[in-house]
Amino acid sequence: MMLLAMQVSHFTAAAIFAFFASIVFGITQRSTSRDMLRYGAYCFGVFMVGMFVAGWVMWLIHH
Amino acid sequence: MADTQTTSQTQAPPLSTMHVLAPALGWLIPGAGHLIQKRWARGLLLMVSVVTMFALGLAMDGKVYKQNTGDLLDILGFIGDLGAGGLYMIGRAFDWGASSISFATADYGTKFIVVAGLLNIMSAVDAYHIAIGKKP
Repeated sequence: MMLLAMQVSHFTAAAIFAFFASIVFGITQRSTSRDMLRYGAYCFGVFMVGMFVAGWVMWLIHH
Repeated sequence: MADTQTTSQTQAPPLSTMHVLAPALGWLIPGAGHLIQKRWARGLLLMVSVVTMFALGLAMDGKVYKQNTGDLLDILGFIGDLGAGGLYMIGRAFDWGASSISFATADYGTKFIVVAGLLNIMSAVDAYHIAIGKKP
């Protein structure tokens, strides 16, 4: 059953994914609130940078 | 001295109700393992994250895997989905995510649902670590 016909771009989907995964990583992998926040932000940054790097690598392979 | 330290490090904590209840409830209801231990902010954030990822996966028309399809990738997908606990059961009960994939974003949705389950397992393990006192 299709609930909604939500269609997002690859970038939007990856950004949403990175956001929520980073929250869970931050909370579960660190012990203090400050460290959780910092690690969550770090994970989000790595996800986003990794996405751009992977995108450019695929572009270079394609061309 | 060294023997005493080794013994104390390897001793398992005595089993209590919370040691079992926190991860079990955390698996069944995302974030609930933290909430029953009064980690309100963490529990709510985990609940919102896992439930939103699962719901977005369904909204993108992602697939909810079933057991016993015989395909290895389907079995792995099923294990991931099962991590979402109660959300998976509700999804299967209402037959959500059962349609065939008809556009590209549906594949993202399938991954969102699997990852929501895997993140929920991490959350349940974290609830267990809080219950045994390994984490504040």
